[in-house]
Amino acid sequence: MEFEVFLLEFMTKNKPHIVLKTQDLTIGYASKKVKTVIASNINIELHKGELVGLIGANGIGKSTLLRTLTNVQHKLDGNVSINNLPIENYSNINLAKVLSLVLTESLGSKNLTVFELIALGRQPYTNWVGNLTVDDFKIINQCLLQTNIEELKHKKCYELSDGQLQKVMIARALAQDTDLIILDEPTTHLDMYHKAYILKLLQKLAKETNKTILFSSHEIDLAIQLCDTLIVMTKDTVTIDQPCNLIEKGVFNDLFPKDLIVFDNKMGSFRVKK
Amino acid sequence: MPYTKTYKLPFVALILVLFLCFFANISLGSVSIPFQDVFNSLIGNSTGNESWQHIIHEYRLPKAITSIIVGSGLGISGLLMQTLFRNPLAGPFVLGITSGSSLGVALVIMGASAFGGTLASVLVSKWSIVIAASLGSFTVLLVVLIISNRVRDTMAILIIGLMFGSITSATVSVLSYFSSAEELQQYIFWGFGSVGNLTWYELFILFIIYAIGILISLSSIKALNTLLLGENYAKSLGLNIKTSRLLIIIATSLLAGTITAFAGPIAFIGLAIPHMTRQIFNTSNHKILLPAVFLFGAITMLICDSIAQLPSSDLTLPINAITSLIGAPVIIWLLVRKRKMMF
Repeated sequence: MEFEVFLLEFMTKNKPHIVLKTQDLTIGYASKKVKTVIASNINIELHKGELVGLIGANGIGKSTLLRTLTNVQHKLDGNVSINNLPIENYSNINLAKVLSLVLTESLGSKNLTVFELIALGRQPYTNWVGNLTVDDFKIINQCLLQTNIEELKHKKCYELSDGQLQKVMIARALAQDTDLIILDEPTTHLDMYHKAYILKLLQKLAKETNKTILFSSHEIDLAIQLCDTLIVMTKDTVTIDQPCNLIEKGVFNDLFPKDLIVFDNKMGSFRVKK
Repeated sequence: MPYTKTYKLPFVALILVLFLCFFANISLGSVSIPFQDVFNSLIGNSTGNESWQHIIHEYRLPKAITSIIVGSGLGISGLLMQTLFRNPLAGPFVLGITSGSSLGVALVIMGASAFGGTLASVLVSKWSIVIAASLGSFTVLLVVLIISNRVRDTMAILIIGLMFGSITSATVSVLSYFSSAEELQQYIFWGFGSVGNLTWYELFILFIIYAIGILISLSSIKALNTLLLGENYAKSLGLNIKTSRLLIIIATSLLAGTITAFAGPIAFIGLAIPHMTRQIFNTSNHKILLPAVFLFGAITMLICDSIAQLPSSDLTLPINAITSLIGAPVIIWLLVRKRKMMF
């Protein structure tokens, strides 16, 4: 047994464990007659403990990609696997144990306390009536600490600011204790400070908890500075690499139409054309 | 910790109030029976008054138990609907479940003569009314569910529920135009609502179906809490939305449908009790809400029934009028006092 653990550690040290993998994935919408392909030939690999940003222009298909990766929407072709198992082989409950989400949609009820909301993250593990065990309490309190929202614990969700609510939603996803956390535009509606705060928090969490965190965002400057890996979606291709390599390749130049803004390779950010 | 807060004191208080209301309900009526004799009679001792004994055992006790079942059952079905549709206006009435029952009953009572002769007398038994009402409510709920799968907007679902109400009343109008005065009267009296007039056997059947409905509701507590986050989050937490939704709807139609079948379309309780409970307990956790709604519903219904009996007089008011007359001001007062609706 110990030898196996050793072997596993040895293997993972040399070859980082792949949490999410796609092979020749094609995403889009299929009705009875027409197939609308949004992007194809998507080959990405996300490793343990990585913070990964997904960037691209409006309407390029970021949400479609995230929906396909989370099995909300069916893929058109190719493979998506989590921990080496095809995503369609997971039951609802087992998928909930490896993948947690933070969505853009608002909560159904904001009359829950912060603690209650985060506790709902333990649902895949609790009994039929949802009772929390001592371990559940420990995990929830740890999540409160990791996201710096201890003092909000007893507050109702309708009392929170957008920034605070986003932290609470991240804590809820953490409490679900999954290898992979996917966030859909976690920085929308936030001010500049809180945008940076949330992404910095995600970076810290990926390191501390060794979870893989994938988020879509329009904050390209911040993503370049904070992410280990970036997935850049343009009209023709989906590229995945480290931010510095992407800059060298000049991928960001093709991100938007060139009439208004240009990417400054030295600064690593966009500028308005004079 | 708030999550483990068990609200022991309020629950003990509510249970005491429930017992008090239960005895008061049995004791009050056209003939007033002292508390002590009610108690003696219930625990099996002789009260020394044969007619009191008879009134308590054959009339008031089943009526009080029916009140508890009706109040708690409608309250809980309202709670389930409000959470499932994430809409504070939802309830058995608004979504047309009760209208479905009414239509079923109208068809049986007033349409029976169309079948003529012996068949008619078979059809207009209490049981056929019960079955028709249950089928009616289940059909409407199923249609609402199918539509709600296609329509994303919850407001649209409410409007569709109201449309069912219109279709029902229109159909009832057409039916009543062709039916006899006797049939019409029978239907109208059913529509007033009543928790009395149930035999022990009928009460037994009502209780069995009610118990199944309550058990399914209890088994849905976790799903209901998860649904508070919204359907996409609920799914990401491993909830099987389709199964849970079906179970919640089955529980609702069993509860609301059967209660409407036996006691008539009782207004207001289903919509108001969950709001009252949320305002008072200030929580959305169904582990607390479900038992609290049960108690509040039962207590409210017992009080309303006691008032409807007009103590010390021979008159009985329609229970439907009382539930709204008593309940509506309470809800308005709660909302105005807290200035914020808990949902």
